[in-house]
Amino acid sequence: MKQVNQKVAVFRKEHFNAAHRIFNPAWDDRKNAEVFGKCSNPHYHGHNYELIVKVVGVPDPETGYVIDMKLLSRITAEEVLERFDHRNLNLDTEFFKDFNPTAEHIAVVIYDLLRARIDPALELQVRLYETERNFVEYPA
Amino acid sequence: MVYLTRVEHFNAAHKLYNPQWSREKNDAVFGKCANENWHGHNYDLYVTIKGEPDHETGFLFDAKRLSAIIRDTVIEKLDHRNLNVEVDFLQGKMCSTENLAIGIWDQLQPHLPEGVRLHGIKLYETPRIFVEYFGEKKGG
Repeated sequence: MKQVNQKVAVFRKEHFNAAHRIFNPAWDDRKNAEVFGKCSNPHYHGHNYELIVKVVGVPDPETGYVIDMKLLSRITAEEVLERFDHRNLNLDTEFFKDFNPTAEHIAVVIYDLLRARIDPALELQVRLYETERNFVEYPA
Repeated sequence: MVYLTRVEHFNAAHKLYNPQWSREKNDAVFGKCANENWHGHNYDLYVTIKGEPDHETGFLFDAKRLSAIIRDTVIEKLDHRNLNVEVDFLQGKMCSTENLAIGIWDQLQPHLPEGVRLHGIKLYETPRIFVEYFGEKKGG
């Protein structure tokens, strides 16, 4: 079988909808409102998050896959969607009790969750869209 | 007759929960959308008006003025809010995308000048779920 020795990047897109509030408990309400504006609304607001998971590696000579996309999809569903979809990130997840659920921090949490499940020989990066025009990437 | 559409966005938290029903029945009917701690969306709102272009300006209606009316009467009330808790025109109603579209129509309608008619509200809750409302009342 012919094979490739170069790295190839593969991507999987997923979605989840969640409520959150940007809030620093070390600050009073006034300072939270001053710094975070309407994003700090105590009654929460929400987003349709779009997640793009990027995995980089040399395709396996036997399968031709960098990673089986069905496996990547299942890992993302188990680690991310089941925890975050239709949830309140501040109240319903263990990660943001004392960690502000900004897009930056959510991306770091998602990366750590996925990293633990994906072959260490493969590179991983996540891109998280909070809105169509606001998105973050980790690792940078 | 021409049609003019203005697109606006807002982000909000909500839940689908009928207080007349038990927790179990809400979970059975609305599933994860009934999460008591809310979830959220990036909503995309398409407002379409219709009429004849003015012979002096060539405009059906100044799109910037239409945008300002939508912002003042709708977006200000909805953006970064909790739809169930904070929105006056949804009080006592189920916060479905259907009811939200009807509510938006009712908010906008009185603010449009003579000669400009509201044609339709198209409201996206996610990129794959949207509703349309054309002002038709039951039996009408």
